[in-house]
Amino acid sequence: MPGLGIGYGRGGATTFLQDLQHTDCILIMGSNFAENHPVGFRWVMKAKMNGAKIIHVDPRFTRTSAVADMYGPIRAGSDIVFLGGMINYIIQNEKYFRDYVVNYTNAPTLVDPSFQGPEDLEGLFSGWNPEARKYDPTSWKYATEPGPQTGAPQDPELNRTSSFTERVGKLVGGRPRQDLTMQAPNCVFQIVKRHYARYTPEMVEEATGCPQETFLKICEEFVNCSGPDRTGSMAYAVAWTQHTTGVQMIRAATLIQSLLGNMGRPGGGIMALRGHATIQGSTDIPTLYNILPGYLATPSGQKKHDTLGDYLETEVTPTAYWANMPKFMVSLLKAWFGDAATPANDYGYSWLPKIIGDHSHMPMFVNMAQGKIEGFFCMGQNPAVGGQDAGYQRKALAKLKWMVVKDFVETETASFWYDSPEINNGELKTEDIQTEIFFLPAATSNEMDGSYTNTMRLAQWHDKAVDPPEDCRSDIHFTVHLGLRLKELYRDSTDAKDDPIKNLTWNYIDEEENREHGWQILDEPSAHRVMREINGYTVADGKVVRGFGDLKDDGTTACGCWIYSGIYAPTDEFPDGFNRAASREKGLWVSPKWGFAWPANRHILYNRASADPQGNPWPKEARLAQAFDPTGKTKGYIWWDPNAETRDAQGNVVQGKWMGVENEIPDFPITKAPTAQAKPGGVGLDFHSGADPFIMKADGKAWLFAPSGAVDGPLPTHYEPAEAPVQNPLYKQQANPVFKKFQADETPLAEVGDPKYPYVITTYRLTEHHLSGAMTRTLPWLAELMPELFVEIPPELATELGIQNTQMVRVSTPRGSAEAKALVTKRLRPFNISGKLVYQVGMPMHWGYKGVARGAVPNNLTSLVGDPNVSIHESKAFLCNIEPLADQPGAAHNQQQEH
Amino acid sequence: MPAMGFYTDTTVCIGCKACQVACHQWNDLPADLAEQPTGPDQPGQTRPLTGMSYDNTGSLSDLNWRHVKFIEKSQASDGTLSYQPTDASRENLQWLMMSDVCKHCVNAPCLDVCPTGAIMRTEFDSVYIQQNVCNGCRDCVSACPFGVIHMGGPENEGKGIAKKCTLCYDRMQHSLAPACAQACPTASIQFGPIEELKTRAEQRVNQLHSMGMSQARLYGADEKILGGLNAFYLLMDEPEVYGLPSNPKVPSRNVLPTNLWSFGSAILMGIAGLVSFRKRRMDSFAQGAAEQRRQEEVR
Repeated sequence: MPGLGIGYGRGGATTFLQDLQHTDCILIMGSNFAENHPVGFRWVMKAKMNGAKIIHVDPRFTRTSAVADMYGPIRAGSDIVFLGGMINYIIQNEKYFRDYVVNYTNAPTLVDPSFQGPEDLEGLFSGWNPEARKYDPTSWKYATEPGPQTGAPQDPELNRTSSFTERVGKLVGGRPRQDLTMQAPNCVFQIVKRHYARYTPEMVEEATGCPQETFLKICEEFVNCSGPDRTGSMAYAVAWTQHTTGVQMIRAATLIQSLLGNMGRPGGGIMALRGHATIQGSTDIPTLYNILPGYLATPSGQKKHDTLGDYLETEVTPTAYWANMPKFMVSLLKAWFGDAATPANDYGYSWLPKIIGDHSHMPMFVNMAQGKIEGFFCMGQNPAVGGQDAGYQRKALAKLKWMVVKDFVETETASFWYDSPEINNGELKTEDIQTEIFFLPAATSNEMDGSYTNTMRLAQWHDKAVDPPEDCRSDIHFTVHLGLRLKELYRDSTDAKDDPIKNLTWNYIDEEENREHGWQILDEPSAHRVMREINGYTVADGKVVRGFGDLKDDGTTACGCWIYSGIYAPTDEFPDGFNRAASREKGLWVSPKWGFAWPANRHILYNRASADPQGNPWPKEARLAQAFDPTGKTKGYIWWDPNAETRDAQGNVVQGKWMGVENEIPDFPITKAPTAQAKPGGVGLDFHSGADPFIMKADGKAWLFAPSGAVDGPLPTHYEPAEAPVQNPLYKQQANPVFKKFQADETPLAEVGDPKYPYVITTYRLTEHHLSGAMTRTLPWLAELMPELFVEIPPELATELGIQNTQMVRVSTPRGSAEAKALVTKRLRPFNISGKLVYQVGMPMHWGYKGVARGAVPNNLTSLVGDPNVSIHESKAFLCNIEPLADQPGAAHNQQQEH
Repeated sequence: MPAMGFYTDTTVCIGCKACQVACHQWNDLPADLAEQPTGPDQPGQTRPLTGMSYDNTGSLSDLNWRHVKFIEKSQASDGTLSYQPTDASRENLQWLMMSDVCKHCVNAPCLDVCPTGAIMRTEFDSVYIQQNVCNGCRDCVSACPFGVIHMGGPENEGKGIAKKCTLCYDRMQHSLAPACAQACPTASIQFGPIEELKTRAEQRVNQLHSMGMSQARLYGADEKILGGLNAFYLLMDEPEVYGLPSNPKVPSRNVLPTNLWSFGSAILMGIAGLVSFRKRRMDSFAQGAAEQRRQEEVR
């Protein structure tokens, strides 16, 4: 999520799947698109039918590679070398899209002269503090002009009397200095050029194992499909996120798409492929600990977040659309705390819990293992087999006092106390486990109303088709009724710590609505009411707002998640709100009336960049528009029409307007002319000119160099995975200096080039199964298609170890082992890395000890290390050993039957 | 009513097996397991991993009326082609995938040999086995040169009756596309009037040829193969590579039960393929046939 956000301003996929058909070339990397997103892959195949080139770069030759035109094999974890090599190729050969780069990116911007990079510091950036094991990013800042407000004394009186939005204006600093010739040694362009100079084709081959010729052919193809006349797109998925350098891999892709001018344009962009079915939705309205709905930071005990004013001043970006953040935060507090939220009590800000560190999945289980957590609600998750170093996590579950598992099958997490590997091998004894386990049967999505937000930010409603059977209930039913019982429990409490629960608005049950539909379960909460709250409403009359533009910071509006505001906006026909997520009108390109794409139903983000600085479409966009609409009325994807008339907020007629194909919503102020000048000291978008497309960024530009946002450096840099077969071929610094490492004593790592663990292993998913397998290994139709756990091994390694196809082998790491059948295949290959023969094997991660298709737990092998920005684990590249087992083929089967 | 059928473009098949699952679901066919589930405590038991690339159902069967084939093809340094996943040659590595199904032949041998009239031609020109008329004689099994028909079900004292793809006759009667075509995410399986599909397929072949892929060819789109196949294919290699006979023979009308064909045409196809191939190695198909034989023994 931050990977894209740092570069462009938002974490969501920048484009939509159907638009992939307009690409000239698609580079799929960090994703097995065909296998794991087969429905969306339709549009890749459409592009192929239209003559586009499909390129797949991946450690394994997969079903995606099978239908690609070009395949580049790489060693798992070496992606930044490959991408850095592409950046170097683009710059050295002057293949970047100059007009785009100069105007729309921060390439000409000057960086503080004290900045130093890995070239100067043996792989580290300036600001490194080895004792604290972290960076001080001060030297990564832009060099700026003096700001109007800089140094102005804060007037406490003003702070009390003025609105939050007015106070934001006081935070505006000076403009970043630029050299439009991009020659100054401390301009971003020159820094990037120097940084990637060592990522030569020779180095790419040495570090990734991809032959130079293949690498260069891929560079050439992708670069030739970019520029004013053509666009190339990139697609990635979790295979880029599950690394200790995951965020920076995605950052590297943003550099390429910015340099080539592919961002914000049809057939371009970066398609971030999210998991099924609403992973995007579950970060927008998060199941994460560190953000509130709409990407507002969770208040932290470690930052100046004491009051709402402190929080807003710390978190706001005053020179971007984010200047409106106080409106979004105050409206969220009004939605949550209703009438109890008043200006006098900071709208209930102090009732929000504050975080005091990393509370993500891995540290949560460490705390659990250490006995610091007593109870655990587990819904939509199966950590006993899906969690990293799963053996550690299962043993952590045994330390709980109680656990609620809510699922529609009995998962391995619910049953660990009687049939986990630790019970079978005697490490745990059922009678010693004190964890009281409550298994609650869940309803399926067909048995509830609700919405999914898919990989392209598109919310799509699904209607309840039938009441769930027996005691099965939806997750929303459980959560709402738990809340009601807690409110009842604390109703008469006078203890201030109970105020958050007492004051929470919690009016979601609509028996009348259930009765109207003929449902038997009358206390099922109304998803429509939740949707209304997400959309937002005016507090006085409860009327739904039209969009986030209507939100206020004075407590007169409420909104549950500002980025979705407009999803339930009123229409003439439906003045009480129209559910756009339920709308299903098919269009010809953008399909604006099919579901609702946040924000404001924009389908391609940053689409201002699909027109040149003067507002005219680039040649590719003009050509696509002509083919789409031969009448000539459609000029491009979005374009400036100087003659169009519209009305401003005050109702005055103004000339000039941004137009979009098929009513696509411009991601830009609709009447702001391309010639509009940036206002020095201007607040919000006034700080940007009419040619600054990236409205969520402080300077309106795409960031090649990130002065802030990433804790591991302003430029993507190759570090080896936490477990690597070789020394870092590029720098003295071996691994990401700040990667997260939990419980190193109990979950040890292999050494660099460890002879006990000589093989690189990557874990992955198959089309036939989903995640921990609870929904698929239990289903005979899917179980028969991929019946047993296997490990893909290249023929050379199989010969070396004397392993036959389908023979049982044991795969082991310092954390644990998993027995699986060998699937010997030339689709995996040995690599020559820095002169050393490196074998790589692969194992799907779906298996566990329940269901029809049962087997060992691949996650017994993974470790508790992760990306320093987002704490995502590294399961895509680590080390293992493999030994053949004496048993003949079929042994796994017999063992399973013995369970 | 125009002839309806499938055009399968293997160049966009991603081997997702959605067609297999959709077929199971619509036709209410159980998975082919070693042990069927009997309850939450007895979840059932799969058959073992075949080791044949990503193919774990092996062949068309009485329960699998769709079957996705996976062929790992490459070239050794001396130019020899390999179709064996476990070979270490990797030049021009390809992973061919193809969703196999009943071909609904215009001159259908199964229909010709059926003594009871159970096999009929529908108003959509598809070939349909009337389950309540079939007497389980197995003549059609022997007659089919593609190994499509298999015996299954409790009828006939457990020996079963003839089973195969119905082209979703029940769906078509309600103007619905067959379940597999409906589920195919990449439009590899296309359903429609055969004449329209042929035009579309020819255009696609021309496009591929113009892009330098001269190996692209249609299989069964003209009358050369059994008068034409109402489920025809766009292939990227010789038909035998996909387990399809180049020149399938129509057997004589009076098929003897002891005829060689009755051992199971899929096995024969594997052997015939081995013989007819010069350089090609057919180990994977032989393996497939062996696997099928093993599965039949288990049953």
